[in-house]
Amino acid sequence: MLQLFFGLFNGISIGSVLLIAALGLAVVFGLMGVINLAHGELMMLGAYTTFVVQNIFKMLGDPWFGAYIFVALPVAFIVAALVGLALERGVIRFLYGRPLETLLATWGVSLILRQFVRSVNGVLAIGLVVFCLLFFGAWVLLSRRLDWQKIRNGVLTILVFLSTGIATVTGFLLSGQKALAKPWFSARNVDVTAPAWLRGGLPLGNFQIPYARIFIIILTIACIVGLYLFFNRSNWGLRIRAVTQNRQMSACLGIPTNQVDALTFALGSGLAGIAGVAITLLGSVGPNTGQNYIVDTFMVVVVGGVGNLLGSIIAAMAIGTVTYLVGSGTIALLFSQNSALQGIFDFFTFFADSSMAKVMVFALIITFLQFKPAGIFPQKGRTAEL
Amino acid sequence: MINLDKGTVIKRQKRRKLLIEGIAIAAIGLVLCLLLPAILPAFRLKLLGRFLSLAIVALGIDLIWGYTGLLSLGHGIFFALGGYGLAMHLKLQLPEGQIPDFFPLYGVEKLPFFWYPFYSFPVTLIAIVLVPTIVAGLLGYLVFRNRIKGVYFSILTQAALLVFFNFFNGQQKLINGTNGLKTDTDTLFGMVVSSSGMQLAFYEVTVLSVLIIYLLCRWLTSGRFGRILIAIRDDENRVRFSGYDPTGFKVLVFAISGGIAGVAGALYTVQSGIITPSFMEVAFSIEMVIWVAVGGRGTLIGAIIGTLLVTFARTLLSEQFPEVWLFFQGALFLLVVTVLPNGIVGWVKSWGWEKLRSLLGLEEPMVTYPSLEKDPLVQQEREELESVQDNQR
Amino acid sequence: MAEKILEIDNLTVNFDGFKALNNLNFSMDAGELRVIIGPNGAGKTTFLDVITGKVQPTEGTVRFKGKNLRKIAEHHISRLGIGRKFQTPRVYLNLSVRENLDLACNRQKNVFATLFQRPPATDKRNVFGLLETVGLTAKADLKADLLSHGEKQRLEIGMLVAQSPELLLVDEPVAGLTDEETENVGNLLLALAESHSIIVIEHDMEFVRQIARQVTVLHQGSVLCEGNMDRIQNDPRVIEVYLGQVPSIGEKEMIMLRIAASMAWADGNIATEEIDVVLTRLSRQFADDEQQQKELQHELRDYLGSKVAIADLVPQLETVAEREIVLKLSYEVISSSARTASEDLINEEEAIAYVNLIKLLELPAETVKRLEAEVQAMSKS
Repeated sequence: MLQLFFGLFNGISIGSVLLIAALGLAVVFGLMGVINLAHGELMMLGAYTTFVVQNIFKMLGDPWFGAYIFVALPVAFIVAALVGLALERGVIRFLYGRPLETLLATWGVSLILRQFVRSVNGVLAIGLVVFCLLFFGAWVLLSRRLDWQKIRNGVLTILVFLSTGIATVTGFLLSGQKALAKPWFSARNVDVTAPAWLRGGLPLGNFQIPYARIFIIILTIACIVGLYLFFNRSNWGLRIRAVTQNRQMSACLGIPTNQVDALTFALGSGLAGIAGVAITLLGSVGPNTGQNYIVDTFMVVVVGGVGNLLGSIIAAMAIGTVTYLVGSGTIALLFSQNSALQGIFDFFTFFADSSMAKVMVFALIITFLQFKPAGIFPQKGRTAEL
Repeated sequence: MINLDKGTVIKRQKRRKLLIEGIAIAAIGLVLCLLLPAILPAFRLKLLGRFLSLAIVALGIDLIWGYTGLLSLGHGIFFALGGYGLAMHLKLQLPEGQIPDFFPLYGVEKLPFFWYPFYSFPVTLIAIVLVPTIVAGLLGYLVFRNRIKGVYFSILTQAALLVFFNFFNGQQKLINGTNGLKTDTDTLFGMVVSSSGMQLAFYEVTVLSVLIIYLLCRWLTSGRFGRILIAIRDDENRVRFSGYDPTGFKVLVFAISGGIAGVAGALYTVQSGIITPSFMEVAFSIEMVIWVAVGGRGTLIGAIIGTLLVTFARTLLSEQFPEVWLFFQGALFLLVVTVLPNGIVGWVKSWGWEKLRSLLGLEEPMVTYPSLEKDPLVQQEREELESVQDNQR
Repeated sequence: MAEKILEIDNLTVNFDGFKALNNLNFSMDAGELRVIIGPNGAGKTTFLDVITGKVQPTEGTVRFKGKNLRKIAEHHISRLGIGRKFQTPRVYLNLSVRENLDLACNRQKNVFATLFQRPPATDKRNVFGLLETVGLTAKADLKADLLSHGEKQRLEIGMLVAQSPELLLVDEPVAGLTDEETENVGNLLLALAESHSIIVIEHDMEFVRQIARQVTVLHQGSVLCEGNMDRIQNDPRVIEVYLGQVPSIGEKEMIMLRIAASMAWADGNIATEEIDVVLTRLSRQFADDEQQQKELQHELRDYLGSKVAIADLVPQLETVAEREIVLKLSYEVISSSARTASEDLINEEEAIAYVNLIKLLELPAETVKRLEAEVQAMSKS
């Protein structure tokens, strides 16, 4: 009995990690129909932000260190949201209505972010700042000219090359400096030390429930409640829902759809940042951390049904529980007593490790989609499919 | 009368175009088969062979994405399945009673059952095509029959890819797990695979396969079948109301595309000397898509050109500055999608050609309603009108 | 010919509690041309969705030539012989006009047949003929993307015909077309109706009048009424759903009003005096106290339409009393005003229309004389 409870708890805890990672995705995909393959990398950025915040708090000393996570949460949210905002304004807004292209573009961003974390150092950062100052500064200055529309394309092309050139030269000149050329994070994984009060666990019979897991579950619940309140109680939440339902009509009613898009995307990205904080509690983080989550979280959204928070919650919990129960061999154990069920036991033992459990879960998802192709809560009506 | 004339004119034009295309293909084929092996060093030739086998997958992806509008992010599965098929056959070139050397490491003494068919070379050849075809067909059927499409399809293929990756990674006892199968020291027809003679043969086979598969795709996309694929891309529901069942077409195309990827995988494996589950990494499968996008989707020649360009750039960059390659690739994704949505060939077709011609002063670009100027029907009418006017005078 | 091509019983479609179709019953003979009208949200497009299999009915059955269409996939329904044209033109934008028609023309819609069989020569000829029919021969090799809206509409109708279905479902075929194009499409549909059964959904009443024989009115997901164009136009319920208010007069009274109005329109314009006569006389006829009469006059003004086929309307007046009222009123109307001062009160057009009306009314000659005399006496006093 206790064993089953423990299994269920672990399943829910895996599910809540999936859910917190999928929340941002569900917001962006459900409301805007955009698949953001860089979502995992935004999580990774959140995790690295936590790492940085933690390092700063380490310097402050012990009583402060325990509280770093409460600073890391908002900071990670803001960092990820800002990157998301830049991504939306810079790339995605040109690609609305072309979901497959968006998918490829966000993959490109994901590659760049991964390599950026690996190779970011003082030189690169300075080069980047120089580039931004030159390029956008010149853009702002030149856009005041009256004939701006006419010369825009040509000027921007020249500016890109010019700024890149100057930034590269600056980088070359600075690369002699050892201190600047040292990578900040390097390609290796970094470890985030959890605060003391999150280490250890709640003893329960023979088992122990880790505090970190409990914290993640609570964090997930808090995020869901916050999201629910935001969508249903705030003005911007109302606007976002309006734009989701009918973009043209909302625009006619004076809702700034551009801002709504940007805000929605920033919100989704910020949630990815918070998920990034959560995953630092589970293990070390590296440039490829995000990749481990992206497919699983997409499965949550696909199974849950688009644009439905409740569906995502149920789907995440179901996927989490099944993954744990199969992967840990708990199900196989159930059949181990009875020799008549040897075949079933062998079958489940074959799937009893975490990567094989994914195989089984995928098969189950495909089976599920045979009956409910649009997820647990499909959208209905004449406009649902055209 | 007039219409008949117009018909024959168009037919003649078509025939001439086909002839030119045929000659061009034959010429390129001859250059690749005979000329390049003579002038390129063996190392470069091997590289080209690998690129060409990757171009074969790109053709498959173009078929499913460029023509039918379904973005598959899971072609690594089919690529690797083909590769594993051939590698298993090579691993089995052993004296009677022995099993491949890695099995004893995991305490396996008996060959797993599914290895047995790969003793036979013909069966292997069939399996290289058929296994990926069937896997793709099955996956496609399960997804398409529920009208799952667009990004959902992409995500599901990516999930399937991850699942296969996990499976092959985890099963040391069946397929040597992460380490994969090394083929370069194995023999085929009594010759070591990595020997220069064998490699040359593989190169020639690759060139031939590219040609054959190009022709296959050309045949598939040119007739009614190809038009239905484009129709499905444009408006799938409309196709349904015209009485066609899009599911069947999509499953077939996806299966064919998978089979093509299998052939590519087998050829790539013997030329690179190893097949591991890393061929099923998420990144590699998406990279395949960018080859097609760079070259120009919806054009077969674009897929080949794109693959050669990008893979060549990759070798160049990742040899010199491994760090820059990912930045470059990321930027490539962004650029192609935003600036060059129809790829190089698409750009040349729509703008570049005209610009080039007008630059050379050969012909002014048309500014009237498309091609009315050249229409034989209009020409004839004009002449008739003129003759009538002459008569009146 | 009385074979039913389409029978629909108790059809209900429920979208999350919203009943797009509600207990709808409908049937149609083979070879019929039926127009379906109805205000926005009446369920017209959902109705077509159900027939073509795009939406599964929550309850009820759809039978095509006696075959139940429940759970049959869209492409099978299409192959059974039901073709559909969508509200917004949906053609394959990246294919040429010729290729669009060729795909629709193809009889072998199986996957492998399209791959391995050579298209028969008849298909090519059919496509050629269709190009002429829809007038797109000159643009046959252009991408459909480059066509104008009207051309796309025509192309889609051509594709529909190419499928040669037994039942054509046409959703708003003239939306966004010019008057001339509208008339062409109307003639095309009428020509098709010779050999096909057709359901047309349309908002444009002029167009409906051009092609309609039988009209069905949908309202809130069920059939409100059916009949020929004139009956529909005079049905108080139809007027209610379109104008949003119940007419306070009955159907018979509405017919009288229409006939009188058509008399007033006979010379091509309707004068204020004529309107006054019609409204005051009729309101006095239909209501007793003065307040009601005033309100009626105001309301009836909305129903003074110009184009009325009196030949269809008159037979619907059954009692002699009703016919007498109509005759009296009509005589009064035509003699109430003249277009110009120099003209007779009853001009030539009005006289012709009046004689025609007398014929239709089939009243004895002495009754006509008596009534005319009454009117003259009244106007003198």
